[in-house]
Amino acid sequence: MSSTIFKLEKVTRSFAAVEVLNPLTLDIPRGEFVAVVGPSGCGKTTLLNLLSGFIEPSSGEITRSGRMRMVYQQDGLFPWLTVTENISLGLRHLKDERELESQLKELTALIKLEGFENHYPHQLSGGMRQRVEIARALAGDTDVLLLDEPFSALDYLTRLRMRRELARMLRERPRTVVLVTHDIEEAAQLADRVIVFSERPAQVRCEWRLYEPRPRDLTHPEVVKAVHQILFELGLEKDSQLETAEWIAG
Amino acid sequence: MTPDHVSTKARLLPLLVLLTALAIWSLLTWLRVFPESVFPSPIAVAKGFGEEISSGRMYNDLVASLFRVTAGFALATVLGIPLGLWLGQGARARIALLPAINFFRSLSPLAWIPFAILWFGIGDKPAIFLIFMASFFPIVLATISAVASIPNVYFRVARDYGIKGFDMLTQVTLPAIAPQVITTLRVTAGLSWLVVVAAEMIAGRDGLGFAIWDARNGLRMDLLVVGMIVIGIIGVVIDRLLVQLMKIESIRWGYDR
Repeated sequence: MSSTIFKLEKVTRSFAAVEVLNPLTLDIPRGEFVAVVGPSGCGKTTLLNLLSGFIEPSSGEITRSGRMRMVYQQDGLFPWLTVTENISLGLRHLKDERELESQLKELTALIKLEGFENHYPHQLSGGMRQRVEIARALAGDTDVLLLDEPFSALDYLTRLRMRRELARMLRERPRTVVLVTHDIEEAAQLADRVIVFSERPAQVRCEWRLYEPRPRDLTHPEVVKAVHQILFELGLEKDSQLETAEWIAG
Repeated sequence: MTPDHVSTKARLLPLLVLLTALAIWSLLTWLRVFPESVFPSPIAVAKGFGEEISSGRMYNDLVASLFRVTAGFALATVLGIPLGLWLGQGARARIALLPAINFFRSLSPLAWIPFAILWFGIGDKPAIFLIFMASFFPIVLATISAVASIPNVYFRVARDYGIKGFDMLTQVTLPAIAPQVITTLRVTAGLSWLVVVAAEMIAGRDGLGFAIWDARNGLRMDLLVVGMIVIGIIGVVIDRLLVQLMKIESIRWGYDR
């Protein structure tokens, strides 16, 4: 088992004539929670698709290790399958009926949806649906969770709740996580490292590390500081009183 | 939204409409607004019903018509859905064939009646052919559009979880298009039921359509009305049966949201 899950070496990607990603060099070690934030259309999702292997880079090199699962923005669940049937997609490798049964039970408990096993996605709220998606992605022995704006379709309070839920689930089933989001608070509340992208073609503007263990309160000083610093860097908040020494060169 | 919320009283309303219609009908015949020869009375029709049932003719006609509709409709479904799946996924084939399919869809199946008789004679075959021509093209078109509108994310999720090949068809494509296809089947089944009557009037020696034609030739307006009532009721029954498909749990998502 290598300790680096993703290694990107001067990776670029363009679609037709449009360059989406400037040469990007990035290491993501096992177990890290990385959040990528940036203006919409800046190439965040392209990065995720490169990491998952859905697309290949135009130049440069990516090494990937570990088994990956992606959680989509919304409607990633199959509407014709129940909660249990959707989650079992993540357990297709299990042949033993008893093992499958106990895993399903454990995962349903993890997302606190006991009693909803036989419900269909359209009978659930948006937050419940995303919880099922996360359970499906956490099922089995996977190493990496790729999250593509998983909570962006939810209302504000549900979003706050889902962040706590995700932190709790990851404590029980640790994974390397890459979260793509435009929600800077979300990134600061969840990630060990926040990478800020510039406008297209995307370039790493800066990185910010957080050390407070999860779940972090939205108003925790470290979170507030990170949010302020990121917003400042994006030109959305006034001058920073914080020393720039904490910044890692981007 | 669902009929469950309608009160028992409101459910009796259709019955009230029926009774009112019967009353008006009776009144019109009793007042002799129209001559009996072109406007049969409810009692004459009820007697006609008894006659048709006891002679066994109604049963024969019903079986004949239902057999033709079932055969033509089943054939159109079994051939139309695979063709639609194929065209929905293959852009080149779709570009090549779509204009032709649209042409035949717009062509009234009744226009085929002369050829149907020339090619297949009289009886089951021409009727089955006409029903097939009526329902095959709409089914193909609906399947194409259903396949084209499957959200891409389903295929990505399927690939993420290792679903491929034939499983992709049975576990993703088919369940994803089922609600839309079933809606079309319901419409085309209704269409088939319309077509079988016309087909039997011209190219049949039995069946409900022929019964109508035969009653007209024999100037038996009471039997003509009997035929009309049976055709209408069976049409409603067929539709109700297909509505049951829409209530299947794994299909309902397509209508509830």
